[in-house]
Amino acid sequence: MQEVLINTDIVAEENIPDKSKKGFVALSTEGLTVTFDSRPAISDVNISFLKNKVTSIIGPSGCGKSTLLRSFNYMHDLIPKSEVTGKITVLGKNINEYDSVGLRKKVGMVFQKPNPFPTLSVFENVIAGLKYTGNNKKSELEEICENVLKLSGLWDEVKDRLKVSALALSGGQQQRLCIARTLAVSPDIILMDEPTSALDPISTSKIEESIFHLKQNYTLIIVTHNMQQAARISDYTAYMYLGKLIELASTRKIFTSPSEKLTEEYITGKFG
Amino acid sequence: MFFALSIIFVVLLIIYEMFIDSAPSREKFGFGFIFSSDWEPVKEEFGALTFIYGTVVSSLIALAIALPISIGVAVFLSEIAGKTVGTSIGFLIEILAAIPSIIYGFWGIFVLAPYMRESFQPFLQNYLGFIPLFQGTPFGFGMMTAGIILAIMITPIISSITRDVLKAIPVSQREAAYALGSTKWEAIKMALLNAKSGILGATVLGLGRAVGETMAVTMVIGNRAQIKTSLFEPAYSMASVIANEFAEASGQMHISSLIEVGLILFGVTFIINSLARFLIFSVTKKADMK
Amino acid sequence: MLSLCILAATLAVVPLIYIFFYTTGAGLTSLNFDFFTALPKPFGEEGGGMVNAIVGTIILIGLGGLFGIPIGILTGIYVSEYSGSLMSNVVKFITDVLSGIPSIVIGIFAYGLIVLPMQRFSALAGGFALGILMIPTVTRITEEMLKLVPHTLREASLALGISRWKTTLRITLRTASSGIITGILLAIARAAGETAPLLFTSFGNSFWSTSLDQPMASIPVQIFNYAISPYDEWHRKAWAGAFVLISIVFIVNLIVRVVTRNKYSGSV
Repeated sequence: MQEVLINTDIVAEENIPDKSKKGFVALSTEGLTVTFDSRPAISDVNISFLKNKVTSIIGPSGCGKSTLLRSFNYMHDLIPKSEVTGKITVLGKNINEYDSVGLRKKVGMVFQKPNPFPTLSVFENVIAGLKYTGNNKKSELEEICENVLKLSGLWDEVKDRLKVSALALSGGQQQRLCIARTLAVSPDIILMDEPTSALDPISTSKIEESIFHLKQNYTLIIVTHNMQQAARISDYTAYMYLGKLIELASTRKIFTSPSEKLTEEYITGKFG
Repeated sequence: MFFALSIIFVVLLIIYEMFIDSAPSREKFGFGFIFSSDWEPVKEEFGALTFIYGTVVSSLIALAIALPISIGVAVFLSEIAGKTVGTSIGFLIEILAAIPSIIYGFWGIFVLAPYMRESFQPFLQNYLGFIPLFQGTPFGFGMMTAGIILAIMITPIISSITRDVLKAIPVSQREAAYALGSTKWEAIKMALLNAKSGILGATVLGLGRAVGETMAVTMVIGNRAQIKTSLFEPAYSMASVIANEFAEASGQMHISSLIEVGLILFGVTFIINSLARFLIFSVTKKADMK
Repeated sequence: MLSLCILAATLAVVPLIYIFFYTTGAGLTSLNFDFFTALPKPFGEEGGGMVNAIVGTIILIGLGGLFGIPIGILTGIYVSEYSGSLMSNVVKFITDVLSGIPSIVIGIFAYGLIVLPMQRFSALAGGFALGILMIPTVTRITEEMLKLVPHTLREASLALGISRWKTTLRITLRTASSGIITGILLAIARAAGETAPLLFTSFGNSFWSTSLDQPMASIPVQIFNYAISPYDEWHRKAWAGAFVLISIVFIVNLIVRVVTRNKYSGSV
């Protein structure tokens, strides 16, 4: 627990209320290293994410943002010859105490490109995570479906089209459908891997709007290559470079007076 | 997982069973089985040489005819024909590959063999009769007809794989050839040279198919256990003798010998197919990495 | 050079067209209602049909499909979803070996495994041989179709906390289902025309029989027996059977063409 406290201290002091700091950490890592085929993609990352806050991870492409994110829900399991070392604490428990299914129910993920299940309808997509893990009560599923579609801001657009194929929706709608699908499993933490990079500006703003509402109930960790987006939506921002965490601070501090020179160069557009 | 393993089990079981069931014949004849041309069920004397000879020669005839045609087809499909013509001819050739061999054989009996007897073989005899291969009575049913029908059957396989191999060659290589001032044909020649191990793989795969082909060959090869120089003469192949004699085999030694023929057939096709897979794999793998 | 290539393409296509039209011509003139409804008549009597062989082929394929299709699909899943591991490479290689084994050898296998212990030719043995022959076709197309399913869909499903097995079954397999069905059709079309492995397993039967432990007629074996007979009447029956087989092959390939075309053009 001691380390966790230290990590929270790294997080911008100014925004953290004094009382019971440790309860505010949703996810943290210590000495996290991920290697593919024994080449490190990220090394020795120590980072904490606060509850009910939005944290953005920025950095040039190839810096390990997505690798970091994907180690939070065992997504590296799918890649042969990948190895994760170091400690990850999720909701106060060591990540090793979760099996992959249990962890992924607590830690949801939204991907870069909208990826609704093409053979399922809108409704079936939303409840897929519940149905295929054993919940079959129709009335309950319908209620959850309506709730999460409202949360992701899609309900009004699709309430009459729940039975149509998910592929009939536009790209932006599909991505909000994917968010709703993730919410339906009721995770505590939601990981988003460049959720708007494949979308047009209008769809992007709708998703950013729903992110703003979501943080009341969820902890959000968002990888983005778009610095303006990080500045708009996040409470905290982390800057990564060449597989290392360079700086984590409140978004305002990162974008106005970063403590690291590397961060400043990136923010001001000197490289990247 | 269990089912995936079951497929390995099946193949091992096939080998095991054929090995056990051919034991009497293997013990009695030893390696001589392969080199003896006696096949006399009544005397219980068995040797597979005539059948091995028939299989090898008919398959080689098939390859000699099918290979140049297949390369021509593949070049035509991948380099010359437009998209519409290419896909429709490709489709036709795929269907050709899917027609059951019994129909080829049936067609062979009623169309190809009579034609060979009455026109093609006398024609060859007139002009090339000085070559021993083309001497003797034109029977129609015999080695040559079997080779031709096999050629028709394996052309689709060789040409479609060759086409895929040619398509797997990166565009950049072709552009490089053009950039050096090559004509279209020079570029195609270069592509063919680059793809040669893949084409070899396709050929070997076609060979494997020809060696194992049963019905069509059985119906036109004449089914006579003899080794003759003339391609007009009837012959017999490994698969045909199994097809013809197995159901009515007399006595354990006869069955056992037929199963040993099957075991040889299995061994030969196994080696041929492994080689082909390896050759094709090495080409497409290289293309994948680029 | 150009003319050589066109000549080659012509040489390859002409036999097809010739065989196709010859079979159609000879088959259509011999085909009648009786072919599908009547039993074979002994030589010397006019008429009769092949209904026992048609039903026989359906039963044999049904038997084969009963175990050939599930094993094929599950093996395809294994090779595709667990690709990269040594074991899946071994299984892939074995599948290739199996597809290269001459069908007559599979016939010997079924003979040794089923006919010998039962001491008689039977539909069961024939169906077993056809099933083994179906496995590699189904496996390969299942593997190819599963590999076409975007990886992001699997990730999306896993990220929802759906187990790997359920992801494969409910999401991946379902997405690839139309392609897999075409693979099954191809396997069935191929099995329908197989003759060699049936010669000494299901053998043949001139009478009506649906019992699985008895010899059973099938279209290709019937064609073979009629084709090598000296009687014109039987040859006509054989042409009609050949026409039926070639139609099955043609229609199935056409369906596969149409379905796979949609598959590649439709974006997921």
